[in-house]
Amino acid sequence: MSDGTPILQTEDVTRFFGMVAAADGLDVRVDQGDLVGIVGANGSGKTTFLNLVTGYLKPERGRILFMGRDTTGLPPRKITKLGVARSFQIPQIYTGLSVQENVLLSLAAQEGESTGFWQPLYRSRRSEEALETLERFGLKTYANRPVSVLPEGGRKLLDIALSFALKPTLLLMDEPTSGVSIEDKFQVMDTLVPILEETNITTIFVEHDMDVVHRYGRRVLAFDNGKVIADGQPQTVLADPKVRMAVLGRE
Amino acid sequence: MVHKHALYMALVSTVVLVVAPWSFPTWVTFILTKALFIYIGVQGVALFLRAGMVTFGHALFYATGAYTVGFSVKWFGFRDVLLLVPLGALVGLIMAALVGLIMARYRGVFFAMLNLAFSMILFAALLKFYRVTGGTDGLAAGTATFLGIPLPGSSFKFYYFTLAIAVMVTYVVHRFLASPLGYFLRALGDNEIRIEYSGESVRRVIYLTYILTGGLGGVSGVLAAFTIGHIVPEDAFWIQSGEFVFVAILGGFEGVLGPLLGAIAFEFIQNYASKWFPLAWQMTLGGIMLLIILFRPGGLWAIYEWMAGRFGGKLDGTTHV
Repeated sequence: MSDGTPILQTEDVTRFFGMVAAADGLDVRVDQGDLVGIVGANGSGKTTFLNLVTGYLKPERGRILFMGRDTTGLPPRKITKLGVARSFQIPQIYTGLSVQENVLLSLAAQEGESTGFWQPLYRSRRSEEALETLERFGLKTYANRPVSVLPEGGRKLLDIALSFALKPTLLLMDEPTSGVSIEDKFQVMDTLVPILEETNITTIFVEHDMDVVHRYGRRVLAFDNGKVIADGQPQTVLADPKVRMAVLGRE
Repeated sequence: MVHKHALYMALVSTVVLVVAPWSFPTWVTFILTKALFIYIGVQGVALFLRAGMVTFGHALFYATGAYTVGFSVKWFGFRDVLLLVPLGALVGLIMAALVGLIMARYRGVFFAMLNLAFSMILFAALLKFYRVTGGTDGLAAGTATFLGIPLPGSSFKFYYFTLAIAVMVTYVVHRFLASPLGYFLRALGDNEIRIEYSGESVRRVIYLTYILTGGLGGVSGVLAAFTIGHIVPEDAFWIQSGEFVFVAILGGFEGVLGPLLGAIAFEFIQNYASKWFPLAWQMTLGGIMLLIILFRPGGLWAIYEWMAGRFGGKLDGTTHV
């Protein structure tokens, strides 16, 4: 942003589940071009943070601003339309359609033509764009195959590709490498990070694997009990004994 | 391959249906006319089955179309199908646009049963307001006209008119299914979360589809009214709705033409079963449904695709599983 408005700003965002603080006065600021990794133990509020930002959950207190605009209380559909896309820990894809059709639907939605009922989904320009997107994510060979033939890493990438095809300003990824074998983890990230850098999409990714965050994050937020306990360069944050205690349970 | 089979099927069925009246006894023409208007109604039910949703109240729109004819004849003596078919579609669309406001909020059992509830309300109203609707006696449709030319319900002319409408309906449904909305409809059964996270509204997808199915039901009802010549409250009864679902499952709903196979098969089964086993024809239908669900849940369309794959494969010299 040339005028210095943050892409995302949360002010005192708070959400409890019973007595458990899933978000406890979160003040987070993310600027254009950031690649932020969020670490934290299970239940520290990482996914809740994504759910709050995308409108899936409503905060009990506080405000969420996207590009200076208050989005608190808007439903996911409206927030998506504004330019916030998200991928999921368990891939949310259309299992009954082909890999290409999955991407085509995202593109149609992005074009605002998702409720067109007369022009075909497969239009030459849109199909080309879908294939280009799949090529970027290394999934082009699967284009006409049903989603069911994709390996787990492929399903994760397709889920992210569906969000990417929406041409978001802010991309949120929930554990992009979970459920992927150790050997494939870095491969998934090696595919993703250059795409994000090239397109300059501001990205926040939740990750419990410290290695992944260390290697790919440019900035790391550490969550514990719904609070940000550290924010800074990966080397600094991940070396912090307080963070290691909270995330790994040891120093 | 699927597309090729579907196109092939469309061409073959059109040719067969065009020459059928010249090749078979006249009663077959009447049965095929019935099959065609049932097919048009069933397309609506089949659309929602693709989304994993079932409606047990589609007769609501079928009866709406039929009574549109009934009132037009009763009040204005007007029975020209060239205007009544679009009018029936419009009244069906409007009815669906109203009922759909509530329906788009529901899925699963509630969607199925709320549809049933609305159709039964209409059934009761048609039954009770006998001064207007004729109650159980119903209304007479009489003979349709086409720009003034009479088209008796059992005539070749009416059959060809119905066939022309059925071809148009097939084209509309084909375009719809190939469109983003059609794909979102199929995706709806898979993953509503991703649809909402694409910026699209699941409710809007259901609502717009619902309106289309209402229009199809209306067209079906108009044609039914003139084929049978008589309009009764049972047109809105749950048995009629159940028949639509039965035919959709019998024919299968993966292909655009599955419901056509289902409707033709249904009419012939009903005709022969009631002739040969007059006391057990429902049992015959039940038995067939059982066999379909147990062995070919994709319906007659799946059987056709399987055969086309086998024989088409042999002709191509390629192998298919």
